[in-house]
Amino acid sequence: MSLRRTLLTTRRILEQLRHDPRTLALLLLVPTALVGLLAWSLTNQPGAFDSVGPKLLGVFPLMVMFLVTSVITLRERTVGTLERLFTLPLTKADFVAGYAIAFGALALVQSLLVSVLSYTWYGLAHQGVPWRISIVALCAGLLGTAFGLALSAVAHTEFQAVQFMPAFILPQLLLCGLVIPVSHLPSVLRGIANVLPMTAAVHAITPLQSNEYYVAQFAIMLAYIFAALVVGAGTLRRVTK
Amino acid sequence: MDSSDQSTFEVSNLRVVRNGNEILKSISFRAAPGELIGLLGPSGSGKSTLMRSLLGVQAITGGSARIMESAAGSPALRGRLGYMAQSAAVYLDLTVEENIRYFAGVLVQPLSEVARVMDVVALTSFSRRLVSSLSGGERTRVSLGIALLGSPPALILDEPTVGLDPILRRDLWRTFEALARTGATVIVSSHVMDEAARCARLLLLRDGTLLFDGTPASLLATSEAPGYDEAFERLIEGSR
Repeated sequence: MSLRRTLLTTRRILEQLRHDPRTLALLLLVPTALVGLLAWSLTNQPGAFDSVGPKLLGVFPLMVMFLVTSVITLRERTVGTLERLFTLPLTKADFVAGYAIAFGALALVQSLLVSVLSYTWYGLAHQGVPWRISIVALCAGLLGTAFGLALSAVAHTEFQAVQFMPAFILPQLLLCGLVIPVSHLPSVLRGIANVLPMTAAVHAITPLQSNEYYVAQFAIMLAYIFAALVVGAGTLRRVTK
Repeated sequence: MDSSDQSTFEVSNLRVVRNGNEILKSISFRAAPGELIGLLGPSGSGKSTLMRSLLGVQAITGGSARIMESAAGSPALRGRLGYMAQSAAVYLDLTVEENIRYFAGVLVQPLSEVARVMDVVALTSFSRRLVSSLSGGERTRVSLGIALLGSPPALILDEPTVGLDPILRRDLWRTFEALARTGATVIVSSHVMDEAARCARLLLLRDGTLLFDGTPASLLATSEAPGYDEAFERLIEGSR
């Protein structure tokens, strides 16, 4: 693996996004606007936004980065740039790490933007630690990127890649505690929910838990990130049959 | 092709079977440094599969393909083979310069090399244009520019002149001839038989079979045909 080639790939991806201000705006502003809409809609229910708002910070980066990465990586496969890159001295690890760094950075900016606005303009009074929320958002963004890389291998068209969103992300959204508290789920679903990455992201934002609890949630997220990146790299084929 | 140790490409009984279909049937040839070879044949004849096999991105079913004394696809060959695919295979949402600069970075080439290849493919004045705003022919030139980075000793160019105007086609063939004169082995595919005259040597492919390997003059002489299209037709009829 070459750090130089990894960072060149990161820079290339960021340059691509720079030339696509609409996508960049959607990535950064839509989550911000949605959290603002939620805060506004919960104005008449004191404390409700303080409970739900931060959880969204663990959900949005995962969803958005999953979608963007799966589509962009699929494009690399179908347009032929990936095949061309693999005739050059660029390793799979360079490629995957380049993506992870680029979208991780984007997830961090996205989370900082939403966090700052939530704590200032939207009036969030969360008892959790703001920096932990940002780290959770970063991990959630990396999770989305890693899953997007892995699942792009299964999709043959961009339309199919988008279809993975309801198939892969929505079940996690239903079980992560945002809609129904995990403790209220039937025991089998509770067992499943407790090991899902999105649940770990939501749990890691929950305030007033023990250090061991937070460490366990971050461990779940990091294990998924690592596993999905390895699987994602494994799906990149230098040779086609 | 005088001796095997001089060969840039050494292909022996190469077979490729994909989804149960035999795409390439026992192809053999050698190519020496400095040769400009035209790989000609109709669409679906196996030209792209043969080129991808030489690059090592297409799995080989049988036989062998060695390039500069390494098996096709060896890590030692990465960056030593200039490749241009049939599709442009460039980033549409980057400028011309950003595309070429990225690939130059991966190949550890200096910025002066970026300027040089943009000049060779006549895209210097387009350097800040997004590739998505370029015509098909201009995108092809961006792709060709990337293949030329670092002046590789071997070039595999899949239909590089498709969709280009005659003047640019002529200029590109001159570029290929110049590359061959510097010692590079250049394999250029085309389905336009008229381009045969521009090559020093021809490989004619049909249905995965190599029908002819020789000079354009010998093709016309052996087939006794007035032109390359007719010569190819007579070869096909003779092979039945």
